[in-house]
Amino acid sequence: MSRFLFRRLMQAAISILGVTALIFFLQRLAGDPVLLMVSEGASQQAIDALRANLGFDRPVLVQFTDYMSDLALLDFGQSVVQQVPVVDIIGSRLPYTIWLAGVALLLALGIGAPLGVFMAMRRDHPLSRIGMGFVLAGQSLPTFWSGVLLILVFAVTLGWLPASGARAPDSVIMPAICLSLLSMATFARVTRTAVLDELSKPYIRAARAKGLSMGQVVRRHALRNSAIPVISIAALEIANLLSGAVIVETVFAWPGLGQLTVQSIAARDFPIVQAVVLLGAFVSIFLNLAADLLYSAVDPRIRLEGSK
Amino acid sequence: MIQSTRLGRWLPPRLWIFVGILVVLVSAAVLAPLIAPQDPEAQNLLGRLRAPGTEVRDITYLLGSDELGRDLLSRLIYGAQVSLTVAALSVLVSGSIGTALGMIAAWSGGWTGTIIMRMVDIVLSVPAILLAIITVAILGPGFINVIAVLAFTRWPRYARVAYGQTLGLMNLPYVRLSRFMGASTTRVLLRHILPNIIGPIMVVVTLEFGLMVLFEAGLSFLGLGVQPPTPSWGAILSAGRNYVTTAWWIAVFPGLFLFLLILSVNVLGDHVRDVVEGRR
Repeated sequence: MSRFLFRRLMQAAISILGVTALIFFLQRLAGDPVLLMVSEGASQQAIDALRANLGFDRPVLVQFTDYMSDLALLDFGQSVVQQVPVVDIIGSRLPYTIWLAGVALLLALGIGAPLGVFMAMRRDHPLSRIGMGFVLAGQSLPTFWSGVLLILVFAVTLGWLPASGARAPDSVIMPAICLSLLSMATFARVTRTAVLDELSKPYIRAARAKGLSMGQVVRRHALRNSAIPVISIAALEIANLLSGAVIVETVFAWPGLGQLTVQSIAARDFPIVQAVVLLGAFVSIFLNLAADLLYSAVDPRIRLEGSK
Repeated sequence: MIQSTRLGRWLPPRLWIFVGILVVLVSAAVLAPLIAPQDPEAQNLLGRLRAPGTEVRDITYLLGSDELGRDLLSRLIYGAQVSLTVAALSVLVSGSIGTALGMIAAWSGGWTGTIIMRMVDIVLSVPAILLAIITVAILGPGFINVIAVLAFTRWPRYARVAYGQTLGLMNLPYVRLSRFMGASTTRVLLRHILPNIIGPIMVVVTLEFGLMVLFEAGLSFLGLGVQPPTPSWGAILSAGRNYVTTAWWIAVFPGLFLFLLILSVNVLGDHVRDVVEGRR
């Protein structure tokens, strides 16, 4: 186990270093990074001043070591536009994104997983067919379209929910539904496959032969074993929800990190964009790691394989 | 009856509708100049925000018009060109680069292999949409840049498959024989390895194509994709959001087209995967 853990941690560390380096060099490759941060038509004097101010006039290797050590201390620099530390700006927006993604995750798991179990147990039930249709549609539905449709129906036509913003407590409902649809479809599909896999195994037939009902077999045996792939998918889905928030937050004017990113690109506030992307990458690497560890904790067979 | 024909076995009838949708959208894109009722960029101040079916001075707006009086149907037909071209080119570029790098990584092994496959891990560890967004922020938006960005973010998917497949083939007798007979690396990779890994690569292509359509539309929706006045479904939808209370059609129809395209590609892609992997 410790060897597996060590190897996995090293992989994660290399990924984190790699991503930070990648983004640093992407900026340099594309030309003068200062030009990313000044408004169009800025004077040469202003550009030079900003360059000296941000330290871009130093050798690239010095800049790189500085950049890496700053990031190690979680110093993402200053917002070019607002002249406030990036960390403060992100801190003020982060709770909104966590709230939105959290509600979406609850919806996706709470509806998707039971739907998957049902579709596995009653394969030919008409509802299962509708469920499969939903899974297919959910995976092909652009969030920016489903968002507009939701607004059109529930805000414009019916007037039940606010169309945008985060002022009212019920503001979260529509963006969360919109964000959760893809993950919900994924959970339903994965759960269905996992339960079907379990149900085809000999021990299930033995349990049935012993006289347990289908419901009992699923509750007592199949569910626990089929939870393993679902758990690991859940970790990956959190990363998807966080990055999917970029578009959903734009549709619903939700004041989270996604909206901040899009606004910052428009305002040419590059340090913020960079910080959000790095944060997203770190979270996603961490969640992948967590998924693997969780997986091996739940399923001893993987642990043995990893430590060989 | 139909099931027993050769076509029916290869492509079950329940999938024909999706083939139909694809054929319609692809022909719309190819024949756009011939079938579009109007110039997609022609503005008409008298015909602003007209509902679907309205007729203004001999021009019938079948799917309505937008805030500048442009015919929505014509814009959507030309938008199909943008969607399909960007998706096809980015799949082509990322597929070629990824497959080549994957084969090279497997073939040469050692440091080259390690570095390439580490790059694969690193790029895949960043959520794709975020990586695309930061790359566009650096490069700037535009047709070519969108393709470059999509190719850059997606090549590792192909590299991973090509790497695994090549590793499996490398030591087979026929490959070793051709090496002993003096074939160059390029020749072995192109003549003996590539034809045998193209199946699994095509599976990735079909799965990635829908994603590329979605990404292009998403980037255009955020204003980071193909720039106006070129009609892109994502950009039209985004502009339509401002008129959702008065002119719902501007936002609804481009999304519907997108949904149908992505759905068809995904359903048929799943089918291709099942066929290639021999599940049916």
